Amino acid sequence: MKTIGFIIQKEFKQIFRNKGMLPIIFILPILQLVILSNAATYEVKNIKFAYIDYDHTSSSRALVEKFNASTFFNVLTDFPSQEIASSAMLSGEVDVVLEMPTNFERNLLKEKTAELSITINAIDGAAAGVTSGYVNQIVQSFNKDVRMSIIDTSKKIVQPVTIESIPSFWYNTTLDYKTFMVPGILVLLVTMITLFLSGMNIVREKEIGTLEQINVTPIRKSQFIIGKLFPFWIIGMGLLTIGLILAKIIFNTPMLGSLLLLYGYTSIYILVILGMGLLISNFTDTQQQAMFIAWFFVVIFILMSGLFTPIESMPKWAQIVTEFNPIKYFVEVVRMVLLKGSDITNILPQLLKTLLYALIMNGLAVWSYKKVS
Amino acid sequence: MGIRLSNISKSYKKVKAVQNISFNVQPGELFGLIGPDGAGKTTIFRILTTLLFPDEGSASVAGFDVVRDYKAIRKSVGYMPGRFSLYQDLTVEENLTFFATIFGTTIEENYDLIEDIYVQIEPFKDRRAGKLSGGMKQKLALSCALIHKPKVLFLDEPTTGVDPVSRKEFWEMLKRLQKKEITILVSTPYMDEAALCDRIALIQDGEILEIDAPEAIVKKFPKTIYNVGANNMYKLIQTLQNYEHLYSVFPFGEFVHYTDKRDSIETADLKLYLENEGLTDISIGVTQPNIEDVFMELAK
Repeated sequence: MKTIGFIIQKEFKQIFRNKGMLPIIFILPILQLVILSNAATYEVKNIKFAYIDYDHTSSSRALVEKFNASTFFNVLTDFPSQEIASSAMLSGEVDVVLEMPTNFERNLLKEKTAELSITINAIDGAAAGVTSGYVNQIVQSFNKDVRMSIIDTSKKIVQPVTIESIPSFWYNTTLDYKTFMVPGILVLLVTMITLFLSGMNIVREKEIGTLEQINVTPIRKSQFIIGKLFPFWIIGMGLLTIGLILAKIIFNTPMLGSLLLLYGYTSIYILVILGMGLLISNFTDTQQQAMFIAWFFVVIFILMSGLFTPIESMPKWAQIVTEFNPIKYFVEVVRMVLLKGSDITNILPQLLKTLLYALIMNGLAVWSYKKVS
Repeated sequence: MGIRLSNISKSYKKVKAVQNISFNVQPGELFGLIGPDGAGKTTIFRILTTLLFPDEGSASVAGFDVVRDYKAIRKSVGYMPGRFSLYQDLTVEENLTFFATIFGTTIEENYDLIEDIYVQIEPFKDRRAGKLSGGMKQKLALSCALIHKPKVLFLDEPTTGVDPVSRKEFWEMLKRLQKKEITILVSTPYMDEAALCDRIALIQDGEILEIDAPEAIVKKFPKTIYNVGANNMYKLIQTLQNYEHLYSVFPFGEFVHYTDKRDSIETADLKLYLENEGLTDISIGVTQPNIEDVFMELAK
């Protein structure tokens, strides 16, 4: 026990004496949280909008006016023809082209139906999907206005039955993406820093030759590993604390659930990450190799964690793969506990899987750590 | 007790690092492994310090088998690897305390053993190990290897890259440690250090060429060695290499060491030959063979 305590003490001394390490541990996460949370938005704004008006009637102008009034669209210009609009789209000047055919108003009034053509630049698929949603909303609201005016002028027409759905967004009533992103970025921050630090730590001893000296001593494998990894467990918990405080102060992220539960889950989750770090350490000879392997896993885990893209929209095989992604569980738990106020029974499946993962990872890591080659 | 190796072999993939190595080191002996880089010295150290399993053969250190009782060995040996391997970002004192703690002891408990060495670096005890000079780093490494009062001390090329004064000091320290009943196995590529050991093993390409006391090894040298000097060293060696009776010639300081195929020669003949070849200031004298001569002879 005394030995473990001494190794921990030594590790902390080394961490705090490493001039390059301190900013990595404390400044980078703060920057990450502030920058990413503000930049990683799903909202699509300032869409470059252009139109081709073959109709030139009050209806077509009213529709354009609707787009103009929207904060999402920048109405740039009107094009005289389809060809010019296409070349403008090709050169990236516009993202959306609305084409109103001749007789748009007449068809609308007489036949109660009219067609519009909308072309969206889908080079960024996600943005195109969102843009299409916005366009539909505006066209529908225009539709409603028109219908009202028709009813006003000719009362005889039977009003068609319309069903309107008014969504209510639970757990994030204003659909503020920051509420949704900040807890996720928090996960990213705790995971990346602890994995990189622990992954490089034992390899560093290999690189500078001290591991050889340590291996000749009677120190037990378990003592050494616990002593090496415990400081990073503390740092991980510290990062979570810093992250939560920043989330509260800067983003006013709701924290409905029990923070104690979140800390409890995180304490197990960090064990998984530390186990991974140790495993990487065992199979690499230089910090550079360790860094690349850690990066490889972090990138895959983050992209498949549901942090940026919903897991439900992944192909079936990818969804199965995400079952083995510890970051996915952490993202789920953080969001559930903070935004929904879930209690232990709600997060029990994630908790158990993480615990199992921690046991397997650390078991493998300790087993593969050899003092003798 | 001491160290015992019998028929140890170890290969890395296809490269045979050591082959069929056997030797014994008596308790309290200062034993030297002498050989060039790549001879297999470090492999022997790594096997004896339980960092590496041998492919074949058996070995014991302080009475413990290197494979079966490796835990006991780790408690009772001190190891100083060839490369400085202490924590550069910890201070002198922190390094020493760290190693004392993981061996379950304290600096105070065994201070008498390291006192001679540690007093020299004590003024710098708050300096980080990475900022020490080469000689001081080495003293610190030796202190760390000794802090738990080991029965056997392994020193892998401790004087490589160290200045001559520190080297001399270091060997004096080893002699003093030997008096404290510590068995010492030391390796070095420097032939002049070999003479300071009780017994040495000459090793090359993973095989032992000769094991004996340095004086005895020197006595076994079969030839008479002539110290030959002339005005032009390069030309002298070339000329001698073309001499019909040449057995061997090696540069040695400002002279060359020359041996002849014949059992006895007239130095005047040799002098005449050299003069005819255009060399001047020729001096020829008989000299005592040293370890280097023996090594060059055995390694031929």
